[in-house]
Amino acid sequence: MPDAPGLELIAKELNDAAEGSVLGTYHEHGEACLIADPDRILDILRWLRDTPSQEYRFLSSLHGVDYLPAKPRFGVVYELLNMPRVERLRVRAAIDDPGGEELPELDSCVELFPGAEFHEREVYDFFGIVFRGHPDMRRILMPEEYVGWPQRRDFPLGGEPVIFTRDEPAMPRWYE
Amino acid sequence: MNQRVHGGDILAETGEEVVGMSAVERTAAAEGLEAEQELFTINMGPHHPATHGVLRLLVSLEGEVVRDLKPVMGYVHTGIEKNCEDKSYWKVIPFVERMDYLSYFFNMHVFCAGVERLLELEVPRRASYLRVIHMELNRLHSHLVWLGTSALDLGAMSMFFYCFRDRDRVLDLFEMSSGQRMHTRYFQVGGVFEDIPVGFAHNLRAFCAEMPSRIDQYEAILNANEIFLERTRNVGVVSRERLLDLGVTGPLLRAAGEPWDLRKVTPYECYEDLDFNVPVGTVGDGYDRYRVRVQELRESVRIIEQALEGLPEGPWIADDRKVVLPPRDELSTSMEALIHHFKLVTEGFRVPPGEAYYANESPRGELGCFVVADGSAKPVRVHYRDPSFANLQALRDMCLNGYIADLIQNLAMLDPILGGIDR
Repeated sequence: MPDAPGLELIAKELNDAAEGSVLGTYHEHGEACLIADPDRILDILRWLRDTPSQEYRFLSSLHGVDYLPAKPRFGVVYELLNMPRVERLRVRAAIDDPGGEELPELDSCVELFPGAEFHEREVYDFFGIVFRGHPDMRRILMPEEYVGWPQRRDFPLGGEPVIFTRDEPAMPRWYE
Repeated sequence: MNQRVHGGDILAETGEEVVGMSAVERTAAAEGLEAEQELFTINMGPHHPATHGVLRLLVSLEGEVVRDLKPVMGYVHTGIEKNCEDKSYWKVIPFVERMDYLSYFFNMHVFCAGVERLLELEVPRRASYLRVIHMELNRLHSHLVWLGTSALDLGAMSMFFYCFRDRDRVLDLFEMSSGQRMHTRYFQVGGVFEDIPVGFAHNLRAFCAEMPSRIDQYEAILNANEIFLERTRNVGVVSRERLLDLGVTGPLLRAAGEPWDLRKVTPYECYEDLDFNVPVGTVGDGYDRYRVRVQELRESVRIIEQALEGLPEGPWIADDRKVVLPPRDELSTSMEALIHHFKLVTEGFRVPPGEAYYANESPRGELGCFVVADGSAKPVRVHYRDPSFANLQALRDMCLNGYIADLIQNLAMLDPILGGIDR
């Protein structure tokens, strides 16, 4: 892991290379994290992957997080890894909720890390974050006709009506 | 023996005149027929004995050759991660165990260790050693199930019974230490649930003494088996670089020649005290994947023997009363212990706000757990980076332009666990 001064250096170099792309940094429990401008996320990931002194070439994981009620509401978290130096770096794209029926959008990083394909589909499936430029933006674990984004914090846990055979006479044509 | 090229066909080896590029074109040309152009898409699974779970594959075939492949999953999705958000931290542990149902100790460990990182809680040495012993036993268990079922897919029926016989001995050991054969809930935040009972060490030593000769027997059956070699050698080769791009880890990556093992590169628990090797392959075909895993069985036995030899005395769980349940006998004498016990059982412990990603080397690769805490007694988000989920993306590369029979072999050597993929 880069230590706290190392993280600040990365943030500064990134801000020099792509101006205003890093919104903040934090270093806790020995883990380093950059908070990124969601519109510049591809610039940041490309810089971290290709700059000779960085070379975070392996994407371990990609998580979606809903920080409700904080703003910006959503986070897409990239766990980058430099294998030769065994250093992990977390990049979090902080995305606002556009509100209403509109879905938040983010650029897909599949062209940089082909392994992100399933992970991005998973984030879309559970949080409704659309990845622009993803080759196959469909639900992955939930049924395709499912409505709603189940991992959002305001999505209720349970409470889905279950119809038993004995209740069917009381609710004719419930399936409509 | 002839080295069969991946995606090649028999005609290519027989010295016949080779016509066309693909296996199908050559076969068709040899028979004086037009090349079959039409693709035939079939649905394999979700209930297929060779998919090792409820995995559906949409396979586009040209004759017998796989031209495209798309995995469809989610059939055993149970919303474990969502449910974890409504459970206090200590109640999450048995939940996450049930994700990847063959490596439950690893699932437990990444969650407990991630929460420990957020709490900045030290685990006692004895607990570390006990965790390593159980995780390596779990690796043996998982690899034995893999070996038995994969060999069964390739037609070696007897392997299944031999492997499950030894797997049962591992489960007996789990039953002895925790009372459960599977999904043991043995790890706690702060250490392990209970010290190992009298006789466990004796039984474990007897098991470790016997296991190497068992592995010799497996290798005697498979290593030079003509059918097994034909089915696995030079099949499903994907380059090391491509595997890294796809985020593949674990034995698949090591078989392709990358010595990447989190136990070695970022030693967690007590792995830095233990001497073990990281087996790697050279070609990256199905046979290498098999050899790497079997060699890992041997290394696991070695690790267990060393950990049992070096098992330190002392407490097996941390002494932080805000997190760990007080010992049972204190409850009748100490008021504080009673209050702590009541608070921990009713509300659970609180974790300071923060995020942590903890990864360990599960039998299938990097298993990571991302925990977000907000200061309450329930996690905001628990996300698992399951190795099977990431590794499954390599299946298309392995199978493309190969025979459909090789698809079965590739899937078997990939070792996906659908409980972990779907969560």
